[in-house]
Amino acid sequence: MSFELHSISKSFQDVDALRDITFSTKEGEIFGLIGPDGAGKTTLFRILVTLLNADKGSATVKGLDVRKDFRKIRKIIGYMPGRFSLYMDLSVIENLQFYATVFGTSVEKNYDLIKDIYMKIEPFKDRLAGKLSGGMKQKLALSCALIHRPDVLILDEPTTGVDAVSRKEFWDMLHQISSEGITILVSTPYMDEAAQCDRVGLIQKGTLLSVSDPADLRLSADKQLFIFKSSRKVYNYLEQIHGISNTISAWLFGDELHIVTTSERDADLLRSSIASWDIPDADLRKSDPGIEDYFMQLLSVQTVKS
Amino acid sequence: MAIIKVRNLVKKFGSFTANDQLTFDVGEGEIFGFLGANGAGKTTAIKILCGLSYPSSGEIEVAGYNVYNERENIKKNIGYMSQKFSLYEDLTVSENIRLYAGIYGMGKKKIITREEELLERLGMMAIRKRRISEIPLGWKQKLAFSVAVFHNPRIVFLDEPTGGVDPITRRQFWELIHETAEQGMTVFVTTHYMDEAEYCDRVSIMVDGRIEALDTPVRMRSAYQAANMNEVFLKIAMKAKNGK
Repeated sequence: MSFELHSISKSFQDVDALRDITFSTKEGEIFGLIGPDGAGKTTLFRILVTLLNADKGSATVKGLDVRKDFRKIRKIIGYMPGRFSLYMDLSVIENLQFYATVFGTSVEKNYDLIKDIYMKIEPFKDRLAGKLSGGMKQKLALSCALIHRPDVLILDEPTTGVDAVSRKEFWDMLHQISSEGITILVSTPYMDEAAQCDRVGLIQKGTLLSVSDPADLRLSADKQLFIFKSSRKVYNYLEQIHGISNTISAWLFGDELHIVTTSERDADLLRSSIASWDIPDADLRKSDPGIEDYFMQLLSVQTVKS
Repeated sequence: MAIIKVRNLVKKFGSFTANDQLTFDVGEGEIFGFLGANGAGKTTAIKILCGLSYPSSGEIEVAGYNVYNERENIKKNIGYMSQKFSLYEDLTVSENIRLYAGIYGMGKKKIITREEELLERLGMMAIRKRRISEIPLGWKQKLAFSVAVFHNPRIVFLDEPTGGVDPITRRQFWELIHETAEQGMTVFVTTHYMDEAEYCDRVSIMVDGRIEALDTPVRMRSAYQAANMNEVFLKIAMKAKNGK
C-alpha cells in the first residue's frame, strides 16, 4: 500500500490539528482528501512528506516509516505544496533542471512523463517563473514535482482559486499521471472534485469523518434525501420547508432545494405540504446523495455530538 | 432602476486591454453574479466600479456618481468584502466593528446601538472581546460581511467571499446575502463555485476582457442547452479558448 496511516495525531499548543487519523490508500489510486480551510489537510500532508513529526501514531509511505526512513521517502515522493515551491527568479526550464538535478536525474531522462503537461508551457521556457500566470505556474510546479518519476504524488490544494476550466484541465492531467501507475494523494476544498477521485476522505476540524467511494454514497437508513425544483425561486420556500416537523435539513443547491427528512415513510408530510402551497410546476423527487449532501449530513451529526 | 450603469468601459495597461467595451446595468436590489476565468478582467472592472482605479474610457455610474470625479461619493455608498476577509486579526470582534463604523463617520451613539444589534443577530455577543485570530473561519466570514454593510451602503461588492469554507457555512453565507438583497441592497458578487451562480438574479460571464454572456441563470441554461451553470461556464470559456 502506498500510504498507511495509523492513529496519527498532532497538536499545536491547544489546537488539535489532527485527531486519530487512520486510513490507507490502494496502489495506483487517486485518493482525495476533502475538507474546508483549517481542517488539517496540510498538516497531514506535511507529516507524510516527512517535514513534520506526528505527536502520536505511525505512518508509512511505500512501506517506509515517516520517522526512521525519511531520507528514503523524500526520494520517492513528488510534493506540490499549496504555495508552489518554484524559484520565481529562475526561468521555467531552469526550475525544471534544478529539480531534476537535486534528485540526481535529468530532464531528458524522464521527459516522457511530463511531456503532455510541459508542452503547454514550453513556449515560455525562458520566462521567469515569477512572470507566469497562475495556471502556468501550476503546470510548471506539477512538472517539477514529477521530474524524478516519483512513486507517489502528494498535491496540496492544487486547484484552489483556479477557475472551472483550468480545474478541469488539471484533473485531466492527474488522470493521465495516475494511468502511469503513480499513486496520487490530493487535497481540495471543492466538493465537486470528489467525483474525480477513486476514493475520498472527508475531513473537518482534524477528524476524518469518512472514507468512501464517491460513486456509492448513502445517508444513514433513518434519513432520506429529496430534491425540490420549481421554475419559481425555490429560496422563497426554504423557511416553510424548515417548518415541517420531520425536516432534518433543507439547503439551497444551485436552483434546487435539497431536503433531508427523517425517513422515506414520513415524507408524506413533505409531499402534502408542498402540494398545498399551489406551486404550478413543483417537482419533488427522491434522490441519492451527492458528495456535498453526504458531507453536510456528517457535519451536522458531528455538530450535534459536540 | 439601474444602480450601476456601465457603457463601453475600456481599461488598458500599455498595449494590453484588460476590459474591452463592457456595457451592462445592475438593478437596485439585484444579486448580480460577475463570473469569469482567472485573468478574464473581473478584478480590474471591480476596482473601477469601487472608485479605486480610473477607466481608460467609457461612461460609468455607480449609485448615481461617475467614476471620474465623484469617487469619494461612490466609496461612501458601497461596501466591499474580499476573499481575504478585511478584518484586523489582532483586534477584537467589537474593535473591528467600531473601527469600520468610525472610518465611515458614524456617530458614537449610533455605533454602540448598531453594534449591539449586530452582535445579537450574529449570535456573537459572547465572543465580542475575542481577537479575530481566535475565532472560526465561518464566523470571520459573517463578521467581515456584516462589517462591509455596517454603514448601510446601497451596493456591496463581494470578491470570492466563500473560497475555502465548508458547504454548510457557504450556504449560510448565501442566506445572509439573500436577506440583505431582500432589504433592498444591491449585491455584486464573484465566485468560482458555479452552483452559487444559480443563486444570482442575473449573471455575466467574462472571457478575455469582454462580457461573453449576460442573462438570468435559467435563460442562460436554456440558451446553452446546459443542465447547470457549470456546463454553461465551461461551454463559454472553452469556446473562447479554442477560438484563439
